[in-house]
Parts: sequence; structure tokens; C-alpha cells
Amino acid sequence: MTGQPPALRLEGIVKTFPGVRALDGVSLSVMPGEVHALMGENGAGKSTLMKVLGGIYQPEEGQIIVAEMPTVMTSPLQAKSKGIVFIHQELSLAEELSVAENIYLGELPQLSFGRVDWAKLYTQTDAILEKLKVGFSAKTIVGDLSIANQQMVEIARALTVDAKAVIFDEPTASLTDAEKVVLFDVISDLKSQGVGIIYISHRMEEIFKITDRISVLRDGSYRGTLETRNTNEEEVTQLMIGRALDLSRNASHHEMGNVALEVRGLSCGDLFKDVSFEVRRGEVLGFYGLVGAGRTEIVETLFGLRNPSAGTILLDGEEVHVSSPADAISKGISLVPEDRKGQGLVLGMNCRDNMTLPQVGDLSSGPFVATGAETEIFDKYKDKLDIRTPGWKQTVGNLSGGNQQKIVIGKWLSMHPKVLMVDEPTRGIDVGSKSEIHNLIRELAAQGYAVIVVSSEMPEVLHVSDRIVAMFSGKVMRTFASQEVTEESLIQAISGITATDKVA
Amino acid sequence: MASMSKADIGRFLARQGILIAFAVFIIGFTLANERFLSPDNVMGVVRSSAILGVMALGVTFVVISGNLDLSVGSMMSFSTIVVLDLHDKIGPALAIPAMFAMTLCLGAFIGFLVGYLKLNSLIVTLGMLSAIHGLTLTYSGGQNMDIVDKEGTWFAVFGQGSALGIPVPILIFVLLAALLGIILAKTPFGRTVYAVGGNGTAATFSGIKRARVVFLCYVMSAFCVAVAGLIQASRSLGSQNTVGQGLELDVLAAVILGGASLLGGSGTIFKTVIGVLILGFIQNGLLLVGLQFYVQFVVTWVIIILAVWLDIAAKRGKLWSNIA
Ligand SMILES: Nc1ncnc2c1ncn2[C@@H]1O[C@H](COP(=O)(O)OP(=O)(O)OP(=O)(O)O)[C@@H](O)[C@H]1O
Ligand SMILES: [Mg+2]
Repeated sequence: MTGQPPALRLEGIVKTFPGVRALDGVSLSVMPGEVHALMGENGAGKSTLMKVLGGIYQPEEGQIIVAEMPTVMTSPLQAKSKGIVFIHQELSLAEELSVAENIYLGELPQLSFGRVDWAKLYTQTDAILEKLKVGFSAKTIVGDLSIANQQMVEIARALTVDAKAVIFDEPTASLTDAEKVVLFDVISDLKSQGVGIIYISHRMEEIFKITDRISVLRDGSYRGTLETRNTNEEEVTQLMIGRALDLSRNASHHEMGNVALEVRGLSCGDLFKDVSFEVRRGEVLGFYGLVGAGRTEIVETLFGLRNPSAGTILLDGEEVHVSSPADAISKGISLVPEDRKGQGLVLGMNCRDNMTLPQVGDLSSGPFVATGAETEIFDKYKDKLDIRTPGWKQTVGNLSGGNQQKIVIGKWLSMHPKVLMVDEPTRGIDVGSKSEIHNLIRELAAQGYAVIVVSSEMPEVLHVSDRIVAMFSGKVMRTFASQEVTEESLIQAISGITATDKVA
Repeated sequence: MASMSKADIGRFLARQGILIAFAVFIIGFTLANERFLSPDNVMGVVRSSAILGVMALGVTFVVISGNLDLSVGSMMSFSTIVVLDLHDKIGPALAIPAMFAMTLCLGAFIGFLVGYLKLNSLIVTLGMLSAIHGLTLTYSGGQNMDIVDKEGTWFAVFGQGSALGIPVPILIFVLLAALLGIILAKTPFGRTVYAVGGNGTAATFSGIKRARVVFLCYVMSAFCVAVAGLIQASRSLGSQNTVGQGLELDVLAAVILGGASLLGGSGTIFKTVIGVLILGFIQNGLLLVGLQFYVQFVVTWVIIILAVWLDIAAKRGKLWSNIA
């Protein structure tokens, strides 16, 4: 590797937005065949740096050097033609089109008279999909795919070009463990072809598994580069957030109260069948399983978004029928949804108004919205969740991905629900804030909330839950108490292996 | 300032494009005809814009909630005809509330189709444009409608009266704009209108009853149409069946000119008022420089295209872009 010129070099990049100095003279170089991690807190400037590299933003200062040639990136298309491929943090697919059309958008194979060569398009696409070992075909409509599978389409797109450098901006945020393995295979393939890879993620295990070097950004400035094999999580964290992290679980054992929510034999078509569980006040119940196991569908049903086909829901011991989200909210059930962009936020609205949206009707003085009270709520949760934004007036769409997620969490926490359901609560959130959110969830339980956490991250489920429900293809396989659960038994349960020790 | 780059200038033009274009028009018209900025002419423009303006206020709600309303023109004809007809039959004091009730029913019907049945608003209101026109013709039997005793009715006050030296139509427009402006900007309902237009799914996930919000926006729009119909009827005390024909496009032009996005989620009442005035002054200016009335139709179209383009440009921060 030494002696070779870098595949890609960034020098002294400066980029500002109104009120934010997002990048303050950042330099970075990536060698061919290297997996280079880019780390930093939410809002540190990682995505912005990559958007500069990908031709989406123009930097005010600094230069980009591709294969020793200074280059000005004027558009994503041009960046692509220079061999720089970008897999975005936020999905950018055409939902109405097929997988194949999305992958080859703008470059569809053609016959005479501009007709599309569909046969060729589909065989080409299927070849790529096969490499990715995904369970859908070239003709599937993208909108019908789960978020994880949409992410795979985005990745497939990158494999169609002859890339010099591939940027992955939090590719695993919505992937399951099995899908991650496939992704890592793809990355090591690219690596062996001499492609330089920039890999952005908040997940330490991954970073240490697949990267060669780690560069750290903090508040828009470059903090240093570490050799992955000569460093450890503590050192990286220290560099990222300027302090060490307390990862110990808030073990203070508190009293469990009454059963707040009980579900008996709940079914919803083919999505999930005969699901029963209960959550007490003061308890955190984790739901773990593969994507498609029906976890999201269960919480959506409890939130009034789907009609159950059978079963009963009891709230504080009384049978209830939840007809709509508005109804759920009035009964004290809240849901932090899994798709922040589509379901969680009105991107064009400001931070404060997004956060108070579910309660805007209650926060009134006379006929008017009590904006003072709104700002108070916003400020409180901005501090509590450490949301990085110049102020409440900032449009949510301009926030970094992780900070957007925090707005969604703040939105539902500030409602003080009886039962709080969170679906993938820390997707895209940096290590520091992640442990803060975990602590917050524990703290909420301690205050007497009943909390349901759906997560695809095993460490997260193990960390926050008092009990864990393991699901496989719409069925509850087993419910574990936190002291009896092991990683092994959990993996067995969610893979559909009916453990014999269930009987014992 | 001296170091303003080409990109900055582009961004500035994109943001302020409408106002700059407006300023250029005003200067041009004033040079061409000194009467253009005379108090009489200005008052005349505002006054004749009042009907269009009142309708645009309601359509602003509909557009911010992410929908369209192309039925307001023919609905206004309906209101005008109905109130004129009932004036002589049951007297103005009963005719006015009866007309309001009927117009609100039409709005509620559209609101039901678009809000609760989730039908596409373009198709629904385009269909209603024609259906309501048919309804009006059926009602009037195709006849023009006239009040018999034009001298002796207090009904004329809404279109012809004035208070404190200000014509009543302008007063109504200003008061209604203030009221609706406050509702949109300051009340919880207004906030939900922005949320529904900005991201309907996220609004639903936040417990907002999306269908109800859309429904209410159309009722609001119908209310404004009824007010406009009242002013129109009272001003002329007689009317053809087609009095509101084509107004839907002018209204839409004014709303977009003001900067409301057709995608929903943005716009304000204040901006719509500015849009109404811009449209009014440009159309008046064209007449003053001696262009035929019919030219206005083409000009309105050009203005709509210009406004839509500048709207997109403002979002991108530049006038041209090869990125969608
Ligand atoms: N279009 C924009 N307008 C205004 N501010 C912006 C814009 N894009 C990014 N920012 C700001 O720039 C800073 C860096 O954001 P960026 O998205 O690069 O963070 P990040 O490191 O990718 O964070 P995350 O881990 O949360 O994805 C943030 O403070 C963000 O609010
Ligand atoms: Mg980011």
C-alpha cells in the first residue's frame, strides 16, 4: 500500500451554512484498497464532507484531488464519471420504479429508437442482485421493499460503475446482521479490486471489524487519523467526544408496577399471528428479530395504524380498541416510528414545531398556539438529548441525520405517554448520544413508564431491556428475562430454531 | 457586498425574483403612463382585486395543505346567481345566509371527496368546475339574473358602499385576510394545515386527523368563495351565469406568485395578498399601456410559469441546475 499515490485526497475543505461552520479546513486521504472510517458525533460534518466530495455542495475553500489530479466536482453525475460513487445516508430512490430501473436510472441499456432493452436490463440487474444475495428480483417495485432492502438497492447501484472510491454513509443503519455480512463481503470485494472506501458509521464493532484507518471529525474540524489495529474504542471515543464514556447499564433496580399494557393473541393477517405479551410500568420490554419478523407491524397495530384481525389489547387491565394514531395518543400510547424522514418529521418545518406537533392542540392559550410553552419544551429536550442546531427556527431538513432522529425522540418523550414504543430508537445516532438515549429509556422506566423497544441491534436490546421477546416470521418464539438471556439463545430463537429447552 | 460571487447573485435573484420582476414592471408602467401610480388608480386596482383576493385567501389554505382547488371560479358564479335570485324571492336578509349554506355544502362535498375518500384533488375540483357550472345553469335556466329594484335595496352596500372613505370590498378583503392570516399562522389548526401539506404521513403519525384538516380547508375555501360571490352580486346587482369563469387560474396564479408551493407545506396569507396585488397591478398596467384586455389571459399564463420556475429555483438556491 505504501508508495502508491492515494486514490483520493481532500485538502483544507471549508463549507459553511447560514449560522453553521459545518467544515473548517478538513483534510483526508484515502489509499487504493483501503477501508477508511470517518467518525464523529452527530452534526460533526461527515455527511457534509462527503457531499462536497460527491459534487452536491461546492466548498468555499480547499481542493479535491482524485488520482493526483485536482478536480472540481460540479455535480453528482460528474463525480460519478470520475469514479466516485456515493451511497447516501438518506435513501434517494424512485419508489414507483422497479429495482432494475432504479439501479440503472439515467443509463438504461437501449435498443434502436431509444427503446429500453428490458431483457438486458433485467439480466444485468439480477446478476448484481445475486451477488448481494438479496431476496427480491429486478422487477420488484422499490416502494414495496422494506427500508433495509431499499438500502441494498442503493448499494447495488454502486456496483454498476467502475469505481475508484466508494462512499458509504451509514449503510448499516437499517440493515440486519445477515444483510450486514453480505455488505461486508461486497466491501472486501471492492477492496481487493483496489477501490478506496470511505465508511461512515456510528457502530464501533463494525469499524473495528472492517476498516484499516479511522479519521475523526469534531465540530467540523479534523481531529486526527488512527490505525485501526493500533487503537481501541476508548481512544476513538475520546477523540470524538472529548471524554470517556460510561457504558455500564443503569442497574438501579426499581420496583415494577402494574401491568400497563397486555396483548392477548393479537394477529394481523399474515404479518404476525397470535402474539401475546405484557409490559409493566417501570419495565423495558425489548423486541428482537430479523427485519420482516413482524415487530414494526405489532407496534403499528398498537398505535392504531393497522387493524388487528384477532386478539385483544388491554390497557391498565381494560380492553381497548385503538382506531387511529390520534386515538392511541389520547389513550397514552406513543410510537417513535422507524422511518424518521417518511413518518417522523415534516422536513420543511422548523425544529420546534416538529417536536411539539402531536401536542400543538393542547399547548394553547385561548385560541392561539402557546409558542412560549413550545419553545420551553424544545429547549428542554434540546439540552436533554444534546441536539445540535443553531436554534429552534432551523428547518429540520437541514439538521444532520442523527440530530433529526433526536428531534423525533424528543417529540414523543415530551408527550409523557403511559406506554412508549420506540422502533429502532438509535438508528444513526453517535455513541455518546446513544448511551444517553439508553440511559434515558432506563430512566423513563424508572419513573414508571412502560417502554417497548424494537431494535435490530443485539447489544442495544441486551443493554436496555428487562425482558426480551424474540420473534421469527410473525410469531413470538420465546420471551427471555434479561438475566437468563445469552447471545446464542437469542440468535437461535430469532432464526426460528425452536429451542428444546423451552419445554425443560 | 463587493465580493458577491456569481452564485450569490444567482441565489439572490432566485429568492427575490418575484419582487424584482414586479419592481421592473412597476417602473416600466409608470414611465409608460404617469397615471399608473396615481392614488385613484391604485385604489381602483386594490378594489377590483378584492374579489379575486378574497377567493385566493381560501385557496391558500387548500394549497398549503397540499391540494388544489380549481372549482372556485364556477363556485363563485353559483353563489352570485343564487344570492341574486333569492334576493327578490325571500329578501336579502335570508338570501345571504341561504347562499352561504349552499356554497358551504359544495365545499364540504369536495372536502369529503378529497379528504375522506382521498381522491386526487386536481381531478375532483376539475370535475366540480364543470359540475357546478351545470348546476348554476340548471338553477338559472340559463337566464341572466337581475334584481328588479336596483335602487331600493341595502344589498348594494357590500359591493358599492364605503366606510371611513374606504370601499367596502377592500374592507372585507383586509379584515378577512387579517382573520385568516391569524388562523393560519397562530392557531393549532393552522399548524396542522402546514403539517398535513408538508408530510401527510408524518402528520398522521403525530395524531393529526389528516382527512379532517383537508376537509376544513375546502370548507374554508368555499366560505371565501361565498364572500366573493356576495361582493360580486352586490356590486353589479345582476349577473351572467359565467361571471366567475376562468377566475380559478387567476386565483392560483396569485397564490403561487405569493410563494406558496404547489407541493404543499409552505406559503402564508400575507404572501398571498402580495401575490394578489402583483397580479392586479400587472393586469391594470397592461391595460393602461393600451394592450387589449384579452392579452391578460396570455400574461396570466406567463406569470404562472414564471412563478413556478422561481419557486423551484428558490428551493435550489440557483436559477439553473442540472440536479433535479
Ligand atoms: N443544508 C444545510 N443547511 C444548513 N445547515 C446544514 C445543512 N446541511 C448540514 N448542515 C449542518 O452542518 C452540520 C454538519 O452536518 P452533517 O450532516 O455533515 O453531520 P454528520 O456528521 O453527517 O452527522 P450525523 O452523524 O448525524 O449524520 C450540522 O450542524 C448540520 O445542522
Ligand atoms: Mg450524516
